[in-house]
This record gives sequence, C-alpha cells and structure tokens, in this order.
Amino acid sequence: MSQRKDLIIIGNGMVGHHFVDTFRALNGADQWRIHIIGEERHSAYDRVHLSEYFQGRSHSDLALGTSEGYQQAGIAAHLGTRVERIDRAAHTVLLSDGEELCYDKLVLATGSYPFVPPIPGHDAERCFVYRTLDDLDAIRSAADQGKTGVVIGGGLLGLEAANALTSLGLTTEVIEFAPRLMPVQLDATAGTVLKDKIEALGVRVHTDTATQQIETLNDGRLRLHFADGEPLETDVLVFSAGIRPRDELARQAGLKVGERGGVCIDNHGRTSDNDIYAIGEVALWDERIFGLVAPGYRMAETVAAHLEGCDSPFLGADMSTKLKLLGVDVGAIGDAHGTTPGTLSFRYHNEAKQQYKKIVTSADGKRLLGAILVGDNSAYDSLLQYYLNDIALPAEPDSLILPSASAAPALGPDALPDSATICSCMNVTKGGIVTAIDGGCCSVAEVKAETRASSSCGGCAAMLKNLVDATLEARGVEVDHSLCEHFSYTRQALYHLVQVEQIKTFDELIRRHGRGHGCDICKPAVASILASHWNEGVHDAAHVKLQDTNDTFLANMQKDGTYSIVPRIAGGEITPDKLLVIGQVAKDYRLYTKITGGQRIDLFGAQLHQLPEIWQRLIDAGFETGHAYGKALRTVKSCVGSTWCRYGQQDSVGMAILLENRYKGLRAPHKIKFAVSGCTRECAEAQSKDIGVIATENGWNLYVCGNGGMKPRHADLFATDLDDVHLIRTIDRLLMFYVRTADRLQRTARWMESLEGGLDYLTDVILNDCLNLGEELDQQMARIVDTYQCEWKATLEDEQKLKRFRTFVNSPAGDDNILFVEERDQIRPATHEEKNRLIASA
Amino acid sequence: MTVQTQNLKWVQLCQRGDLVAESGVAARLEDQQLALFYLPDENRVYAIDNHDPFSQANVLARGLIGDLHGEWVVASPIYKQHFRLTDGQCLEASEVQLKTWPARLNNNNVEIALAL
Ligand code: SRM
Ligand SMILES: Cc1cc2nc3c(=O)[nH]c(=O)nc-3n(C[C@H](O)[C@H](O)[C@H](O)COP(=O)(O)OP(=O)(O)OC[C@H]3O[C@@H](n4cnc5c(N)ncnc54)[C@H](O)[C@@H]3O)c2cc1C
Ligand code: SF4
Ligand code: FES
Repeated sequence: MSQRKDLIIIGNGMVGHHFVDTFRALNGADQWRIHIIGEERHSAYDRVHLSEYFQGRSHSDLALGTSEGYQQAGIAAHLGTRVERIDRAAHTVLLSDGEELCYDKLVLATGSYPFVPPIPGHDAERCFVYRTLDDLDAIRSAADQGKTGVVIGGGLLGLEAANALTSLGLTTEVIEFAPRLMPVQLDATAGTVLKDKIEALGVRVHTDTATQQIETLNDGRLRLHFADGEPLETDVLVFSAGIRPRDELARQAGLKVGERGGVCIDNHGRTSDNDIYAIGEVALWDERIFGLVAPGYRMAETVAAHLEGCDSPFLGADMSTKLKLLGVDVGAIGDAHGTTPGTLSFRYHNEAKQQYKKIVTSADGKRLLGAILVGDNSAYDSLLQYYLNDIALPAEPDSLILPSASAAPALGPDALPDSATICSCMNVTKGGIVTAIDGGCCSVAEVKAETRASSSCGGCAAMLKNLVDATLEARGVEVDHSLCEHFSYTRQALYHLVQVEQIKTFDELIRRHGRGHGCDICKPAVASILASHWNEGVHDAAHVKLQDTNDTFLANMQKDGTYSIVPRIAGGEITPDKLLVIGQVAKDYRLYTKITGGQRIDLFGAQLHQLPEIWQRLIDAGFETGHAYGKALRTVKSCVGSTWCRYGQQDSVGMAILLENRYKGLRAPHKIKFAVSGCTRECAEAQSKDIGVIATENGWNLYVCGNGGMKPRHADLFATDLDDVHLIRTIDRLLMFYVRTADRLQRTARWMESLEGGLDYLTDVILNDCLNLGEELDQQMARIVDTYQCEWKATLEDEQKLKRFRTFVNSPAGDDNILFVEERDQIRPATHEEKNRLIASA
Repeated sequence: MTVQTQNLKWVQLCQRGDLVAESGVAARLEDQQLALFYLPDENRVYAIDNHDPFSQANVLARGLIGDLHGEWVVASPIYKQHFRLTDGQCLEASEVQLKTWPARLNNNNVEIALAL
C-alpha cells in the first residue's frame, strides 16, 4: 500500500467543513490523512443562522460537523487550536499547543474577521463584534444587565446584529457612516424605505453619522461622540463595519495577497504556492472577496476536485441576496446600481405600503441586469432566474414589479433551462432536481434529502416546491390532498361539487363522491360547506348527525362535560337591563361568569338538559346566540369611538354592531373575528383580526387576514378611506371568497398565504374583480344575510329538536358525577381528588 | 369475550324514538351510564360505557360516530380518541377498552343484556 499523504485544512468554519465533506465524498480521499485545525472551541457550525442562537438554538442545533463525526471518519480534528505559522520550505505548520504537523497539501479556510474601526475607545469592555458563538455569549451576558444597544454599521450584518440586540430586549439604535443603509446593495430611495420601515419597528437609524470617540463612563456604560450631533449613551455596543480576510498566516508565509487583503487564488483555488490552496472568505479571486457562503462552497468543491486531479474551475459567483432584516424583506440582484453604461431602469415606489422595487435592464430592455427590492420580495425568485439564465424579459419589463398580478407573467418552472440554479447554496440545478425525481423521489422532503437543495439558507424553498410539484404533476404523480379516508378531495373541491351538482346532504355527497359512512373529520367539514352554501339550520334532520357536540348543542363543551353559554353582545355594547338579566340567570342556575377576550360574557357550568331553559330566558330578554361554538363569525370588537372618545374619527361602535349583525351566523372554514377602531390609536386591536376596520378622517381603512392565537399575524392594509357601502361590499366579497376556497380549519391568514400570489392576488380578485366573480359573491352573501335565523330561537320552537337536550333519555336527573367547588365566590369543576372527597362525605 | 345468550337478561332502556339516527344518546341504568348509538340502515343499536377515560367526563354519547378502516367508532368530543362500537377498544391506546353491552331493538323497545 502506498504511503498516505497529509492534507491539512486550516480553519473549521463553514467552508472548511464543506471542503472536508466534499473531499471525503470523492473516491480518492482515503489516500490522504486529513487534519483539520480550528481556532474556535466549537466544531464548525452554521454561521449564516448564527442569530438563531439567541432564539434558543444551541451549538449542537447549528452544528455542521462534530468532533466524534470527524473521528469516525478518520479525520484528526484539532479544535480550540490555532495555527501560528506556516513553514513552506519544511512543509510544516506550527500549532498553538506547540505541536508541529507536516503537510503535502495545505488548504487555508480561515475566513474573515469583523473590522473594528480604530475609533478611540473601541476596545472598551462593552464593545463587541458579531461573528462567533463566543461573541454572542459575551453580548448576551452584557445585555442581561443593560437596556440599550448600539450597532455601528448599517450594512447587512449590522442590521442583523441590531435585530439580535432587539431580540435580547435592548432598545437599539444603528449608526451608519454612509448616507444610507446597506450602501453596497441599495440605492438612495431603497435605503430610505428600509430606514423608515426599520424605524417603524422601533430601531432608530442615524445615517451620515461618524463616530469620533467612545468614552467609558464610571458605571461602565458607553458614551458615543459624533462629528456632529448630540452624544449617545448605551449599555452595549456592537461593531459591524465590514469584514477583512484573515490572511495573516499567508502574509507571514510570503504568499501573494491582494492590495486590500485576501489570499490571491487562481481558477483552481491555488495560491502563489502550488501546494497551498485558499477557499472561502479569505480567498481573493479576480480581485474580489466573496462575503457569502455559497461562493465559498463552490471554491471548496473546485479544490477538492483539483486535488483528485479533476478540473472544475471556479469562475466567480453570483452575489444576489434575499433576506429578511428585522422582519423587512430586502433583495438585491446583480448590478443593482446600474453602473453598466446605457442601462435602463424601472422603479415602483409605494409609499403607503413602504415598498420599493427597481429593475435595471439592458439598453434594449430585453435582459435583466440587476434589481433591488425592499418591503416585498415576492418577485425575487422570478427576477433572479431572469437574471441568472439570461431569459428574455417580457415586452413590458416593469410588469415584473408592478403590483397588478394579472399582468405579471410568473416565471414558472417550465420556463427555466435545465442549467438554471435553483439552490445556489448547495449548487443544485433544475436538471439535478428533475433527475432526482426521475430517480424516484416523490416529495420535496425526498428531493431535499437526495440533492441537499434547500438545506442551507432556505431561500430557495418556495422555488424548489414549485419545481417539484410541477415536475411530479407532469409525470402524472398525484399529490395526495385527500380530506380523510372517505373523500379523496380537498375542502375546496368538495365545495365546488356541492355547488355545481347542487348537493344538499352529506349522504348524497358521500354516495356520489366518497366511500364508507364518514368520520369526525369529514362530517363537520361537509356540514360547514352545506351550511355556508345553503344556510339551512344545522339542526335540520339531515344534518344532525354531522355536527360535533358544540354545534349539536349550540354550546361549548367544557372539560367536565358541562357547557358554556355565550349570548351575542354585538360590538361589546350592552344595556344595564341586559346585564341584569345575565346576572340573574347566572345566579339562578349557579353558573360561573367571566368577561371574555371577545368583549362579551361567558356563563359556564350548565348541564345539557339545562341549556334550553337558560336560553329561553336569555331569548325572552332579547339576546341571540353568540355562535361561540361554531366555525362562524365570533365577535366584532369595538372601541368606544367618536361618540365618546375625544380622538374618535367615526362611530366605531355603530359600525361594529352593523358588521356583527350582518355576518352573524355565517359558517366558514374556521372562526372569523373582526374589530373596529375609531382612530389610529387602535384600541380595538383591529390589526390582529381576520377583518380589521380602522376609522380615518374620510371613512374606513380595511385590514385583512390577521389573527392572534397560536401563530399571530398582523393584518395587511387592504383598502383605504372606504365609505360604508364599499367597506361592506369589500368584506362581503372577501369573506365569501374565503368561505369558498379555504381549506378545512384554515383561518384567513394561512389561507391568504397559501394563495399563489398572496395578498396581491387577493387584491386582484376582490378589488379589481379579475375573476369576474364579484356579483356572484355579492349575491351569495346577500342570500346568507337574508336567511339568518337565531339557532337557539329556532331550536326552542321545535319540540323534536328539544328532545335531544336531555342528559339521559330515560331519566330527568342530571349527571351526578358533575361536581363543583367554590373559588373566589364562584363555582369551578371539582378536581378528581375533590370529587372523591365530596362523594365520600355525602 | 363470548356471551352465551341463555345467561343474559334483557332489560329495556328506552324507546326507538328516543334514539337519534347515526348519532348517540345517553341512558342510565342504576349507577351506570351508557352511550347508545343507532344505525337505522342496519337496524342496530350499540351500547358502550358513556364514561370517557381520558377526560374522566361522561360524554361519549355526545361524540361523532363514523367508520375508520371499515369499523364503526365514536370519537370522544373532548380529546378526540376513537372507540370501537363493537367492543369498546380504543384505537389510539391498545390498553384502553371500554365496557360494552349487547343491545337490540325489540320492536320499538331498546334493550340491553345484562349477564346473569
Ligand atoms: C372564552 C374565551 C376565553 C376567555 O375567557 O376570554 C375563549 C375560549 C376558548 N377559545 Fe379562544 N377564547 C376567547 C377568545 C380568544 C381570543 C381573543 C379574541 O378573540 O380577541 C383569541 C386570539 C385571537 C384570535 O383568535 O385570532 C383566541 C384564540 C383561540 C384559538 C387559536 C386560534 C388560532 O387561530 O390560532 C383557539 C383554538 C381554535 O380555534 O382552533 C381557541 C379556542 C377556544 C375554545 C373554543 C377551546 C375549546 O375548544 O374548548 C375555548 C372555549 C370557549 C368556551 O367554552 O366558551 N381560541 N380565543 C374567549 C371567548 C371570546 C368570545 O367572546 O367569543
Ligand atoms: C451573523 C452572520 C450572518 C450571515 N448571514 C449570511 C447569509 O445570510 N448568507 C450568506 O451567504 N452568508 C452569510 N454570512 C457569511 C457567512 O457566514 C460566511 O460567508 C461563511 O461563514 C464563510 O465561511 P469561511 O469558512 O470562509 O469562514 P468562517 O466561517 O469564518 O470560518 C473560518 C474559521 O477559521 C478559523 N481560523 C481563522 N484563522 C485560524 C487559524 N490561524 N488557525 C485555526 N483556525 C483559524 C476561524 O476561527 C473560523 O472558525 C453571515 C455571517 C454572519 C457573521
Ligand atoms: S381607537 Fe381612537 S377613538 Fe377608539 S377609543 Fe381608542 S382613541 Fe378613542
Ligand atoms: S439557496 Fe440557500 S439553501 Fe438553497
């Protein structure tokens, strides 16, 4: 057996790790003894997602490799060890622990370090950089005692650091020397839009500001002095003023480095010494440093191949980026500044939505050269593909960034050449993905596992899913969207069937389009569809068996089998007399009483057989059912509005009551909540509702598709300054379209996100009526509004229905296993132990 | 469990009209609570314990019924476990099986059998 050669990799960062991974996957790797030396005490981790460390992810969550993994692979990993010097003549490296290692080939993957400008005082105790897990630990412990933070540097990483400080609870400000944020990627307008958005999130931004001195105060806090303007005090300071290649070893060893740093490499990743390579952020190729991970990975692959005697040259890399900074979408592609002579640019700037989009094209308008997006990245994937693959632009290139979705031909997977890169991190092309599918992969997860696409930054996830779905579909593979074992249809498809075939009962639907008898998934779903479409009483004989218990008994079942009672209190407005009735009923039936989060009153602890009597009394006093049990409109919250409040612009209570009465009883895929505020102070929290209405001087602003709950989502501004008529018409259409097309148990937020084209598409359908559905939706809603009946009232008038409200069919008594104890002067269900005690003492 | 008919005593619980088609009602027999499910197409009644062992509440009669893999089940209205109507077996937890009673429609009488 031939003597194994020694390969040393200096730096166990992202690129160093990727190199080892790639090299080992190539056949000849076992002819080498591999050493990897890393200065950090942690094995390589995902630096791109570094900030998630503050969201609770640990080193092992972020780890790319482990010491054990290296060991098993026969790799000697020296972690927590620095290389002090390289002796090129002797072919050795000297480690910080004194050990000396020989190499045949050496790979430099030492990355870069954060540049700290030499401002006097920059080395104070509370000054930090943002690059390693250790940096983050230090920042976290300083932030624990502090309240405020400052980031010097308003570039991409600076804003990421600002976000991290905010997430640690610090009030954060950003200082940028240049006249705008992200000067490298953005133009002046984009910088301003981004700044406004970020400031709206509570992070102050100072552009054009040069820090001159950092003074440490007696209590350890810092005071920043600027060229002009007031000084600023802070508890924590983070520098993020750019990166510099860590080329010190190369310099000491006499390798060729660039004028402004970086180890010069050729197309094979070779430095000026044929036995030494450089990859990642330390490498300078064609006078350029690539501060992103994907180009580093490409270099690693080039060098791994070259060591095996293959030629796979590195020929530069695309530096386009798509990110969410402090929750704000930002995208930059190619020559975003239009520095190429003779270019054309097209801009779209929406000040209301704080969105800015710009594209730069060739002089003839046929090719995309660059783009900038702020506030809305939805066009990014398409634009990037036009750019990377040199695809001919549509005749009106600006259609790609204008909001009207109908005009924008979405660049579908079909339009892409096989060579189109889908995942730039892992260098996976469309061709590679199609091959994986032809090789048997049947889902996004399988394609991901096979090709590793979308396993790094995740930016390509949407594109990948589209491509996989389209390819599978073209292969005739059916993606399973079945509701349950009884119906191989989605809710939307079933809705369609009901509508087109005029189906009125579950039995008919399952006979024609399903199998078996149904279950607890499909029965309530179909019941809801039938109710939305025909608006027949949910208790009509044909539907009774479909409802779950809450809908059957028009009340919410509690943990002990009792029910709660929620009368409608539209808009939260209630007369003293009605309050007295609720109080009296609660007292007579000994019900627990609570004000709900939906501005009404919930009465708990009634047994099945008591529900009709209780409701009879409420209905006699003028109450109606509150549908707290239904997938239906719940409440329309209101603030007191212009009637009383000194700031009120419109009568928010009046509007809330109008809306609640209009949509009460509407059955939907999930519950629906509204709120109406009388002015922008927003006391009714309308922006957290499915439908939010906020009064303006001229009318109403409409917000849609928000919710609280498990995954809160801020509602989006949908239309402004509507009068009452247009407000209602818009809501009618939007709700009806939701009822028709949403999935089972999908609230409006998730529904909107699931629509291709999202909010823009919804705008098009509802406001521009691009599907020509408007009148049909209006009519459908009108029919539902006109046929409203209070389900409790109808039930009380029907002997047959009332028969069901018996705790036992053969005894008038209640369930003697339901027992209460008192707490804070009201009842609550007894615990198991309390029950045993109560029974024993009885 | 095999039940021998000659050792059973049939007792009447209620009338057919008290039942709800393809749904459940609760009945009581001394200290016991039963959930009765009625399948008119098969002219059948099933009787299982009304007590839901997962929530400790007497609610199974108020669950939705349906078929899963070809067998009739009821879903608890509280935490949604499924119980087989024929033998009370819980589909989500093999160690849980509810008490069941032989049940029949005798003309319009709904009867269950008690072991003697
Ligand atoms: C009573 C009440 C809590 C209270 O004491 O304040 C309540 C109680 C229940 N909520 Fe709620 N929610 C109540 C306000 C809210 C709110 C606040 C609001 O409406 O402003 C929210 C967050 C806002 C939102 O929905 O966007 C809320 C988010 C939820 C969720 C999560 C929904 C989501 O999309 O993530 C559920 C679970 C679900 O619906 O699937 C839920 C489910 C429930 C259920 C139905 C759980 C259940 O199945 O037993 C509770 C029983 C109600 C009952 O027995 O009457 N409740 N629930 C509130 C009734 C309001 C009313 O008058 O109708
Ligand atoms: C907060 C943050 C967010 C980022 N977000 C993105 C993003 O969204 N997309 C993107 O593409 N890129 C992003 N990057 C950049 C990306 O992380 C880098 O491009 C990538 O890590 C470069 O890999 P590297 O291996 O060249 O350098 P590094 O990952 O820095 O690894 C170099 C390693 O070498 C070690 N080392 C240096 N000198 C020696 C020595 N003498 N002896 C031993 N060890 C040594 C260092 O300690 C370090 O561990 C982000 C970076 C940061 C900090
Ligand atoms: S939202 Fe405006 S009008 Fe309504 S209560 Fe608050 S301040 Fe008053
Ligand atoms: S582009 Fe980063 S994971 Fe695919």
